[in-house]
Amino acid sequence: MPQRHVIKQISVFVNNEPGRLAKIARMLSEEGIDICAFNIAEASGFGVFRAIVREPDKAYAKLKERGIIVKETEVIAIPMQDRPGGLFEAAAVLGEAGINIEYGYAYSGKGGATFFIRVDDTEAAIKTLLDRGVKLMHEGDL
Amino acid sequence: MECWNHKIETMGREDIERMQLSSLKELVSRLYDSSPHYHSRMREAGVLPGDIRSLQDIVRLPSMNKLDLRDNYPDKLFTAPPEDVIRYHVSSGTTGKPTVVGYTRNDIENWSESLARSFASFGLGRKDVIQVSNGYGLFSGGLGMHYGVEKLGAAVVPASTGGTKKQIDLIKDLNVTAIACTPSYLVHMIEVAEGMGLDFRNDTRMRAAILGAEPWSENMRRHIEDRMGIKAQNCYGASELSGPLFTECQEQDGIHIWGDLCLVEVVDPETGEHVGDGERGELVFTMLKREALPIIRYRIGDLSGITWEKCNCGRTHPRLQRLTGRVDDMIIIRGINVFPSQVEHVLGEIDEVTQQYMIVVESRGVMDNMAVQVELDPKAFTDDILALRGISSKVAKALQEVLNVKVDVQLMEPGSLPRFEGKSKRVIDKRVMM
Repeated sequence: MPQRHVIKQISVFVNNEPGRLAKIARMLSEEGIDICAFNIAEASGFGVFRAIVREPDKAYAKLKERGIIVKETEVIAIPMQDRPGGLFEAAAVLGEAGINIEYGYAYSGKGGATFFIRVDDTEAAIKTLLDRGVKLMHEGDL
Repeated sequence: MECWNHKIETMGREDIERMQLSSLKELVSRLYDSSPHYHSRMREAGVLPGDIRSLQDIVRLPSMNKLDLRDNYPDKLFTAPPEDVIRYHVSSGTTGKPTVVGYTRNDIENWSESLARSFASFGLGRKDVIQVSNGYGLFSGGLGMHYGVEKLGAAVVPASTGGTKKQIDLIKDLNVTAIACTPSYLVHMIEVAEGMGLDFRNDTRMRAAILGAEPWSENMRRHIEDRMGIKAQNCYGASELSGPLFTECQEQDGIHIWGDLCLVEVVDPETGEHVGDGERGELVFTMLKREALPIIRYRIGDLSGITWEKCNCGRTHPRLQRLTGRVDDMIIIRGINVFPSQVEHVLGEIDEVTQQYMIVVESRGVMDNMAVQVELDPKAFTDDILALRGISSKVAKALQEVLNVKVDVQLMEPGSLPRFEGKSKRVIDKRVMM
């Protein structure tokens, strides 16, 4: 059941201007949305704010209600060892499995470190990784 | 092809120009003899009526603009005896004094003739019922259209503006077949009709709209035509020229300017010199038959080009291309004239962005830099940065092709750019001018 291993990420289009991130962050805070990890991708003049939150569907609905341009995207969460070599182990598996990462970011929390990756074919990547015995996180694990 | 005046509408260019020259000579002689204002203007310019021997000689005559009308408020430029003036229209003018245009019986007659020919050129006739939803009153739109419709012999429904639901009921109940109004009002009407559960396509006999008095895009035309199942015809005019005067024919390929009534020149807005055939520039109008208020070489501030190529409809008079903007809106970037309307037009053709935009011009070193900020269409948002950058480059490329200027494109959050009611200020020029 690869679907269980899909992590929903919310992606928000933001103008590259002072205060835009604060605006989104304030909205999430007002709605009581807990952010686990986030990343900001910048292109000329605009950016995309991506975040893993505890209640992605609620976050999506609330931001949309407030007129924010938001999309849900699927990522995969790979647990990493929070010690030297942890990233290498995770990355090596992806390389061996021939999975191309579009982008990725990591967080290191109480329960250990996690590597979030966006790939072009999420389902195929999940299947490949599970077949190779790689542990993947579920949404509830975060 | 049904023509209102077949002989005139299809005569060859030489014949049209012969008529124009003879009318011009007559007009200039009359003004020189009877108008102290024109007499002294012509003396200052060192030109006498006898100097006008060909149409090219028109460039020797002084040009005029809105300021001449404003400074001579209300009727100092009128040349008809006061008892011959049978109507006044007054344009509000956004700044300063209004301008007054007077009309003799012949002026009204020629105005109506011009519109009757235009209406017939896209198939309207005696059997039509035409609702005039332009403002009646001092504004020349409503009454101008009204007289044109009466001249055509069609029935007129003088609805004027406002009371949209009632207007929609009338369209249905009186079997209205065409409407004259502004494009934005018609779009509003479509929305109101939808709310009333009325479908113009099936519930009315509407087949045409005569739209003008404000700039509108091909996108808006398609929207109106699709939603209403009609032909939406572009109409050109200006209060100084009379009011609404000319429209497109059924080919929708330029506005036919009746050469026997009106002579149009196209000049470089900077130098005032004629541009080459078919090139764009500022339109300069001479109303060849006007009696009450002569309009000679009137620089109207609109930018477009004309073509003398015979239209597919068979009519031979010059055709006005789509307006590219106003001289007052023009910005010069690295020596190239750029108009906000061109930007708007390009954006209208690209689905991934909206038509909410701002133009920001800055000096970057010794060069001008032009940036266009445009709101992303929410439907086009994707998490994929490369795809988003692809949208910016697509817009930049399309703009550069049309403007011949390199443009930086900045995608913006929907709703983040300023909205304007009435006249919009979409250009921010941060250049330090010498």
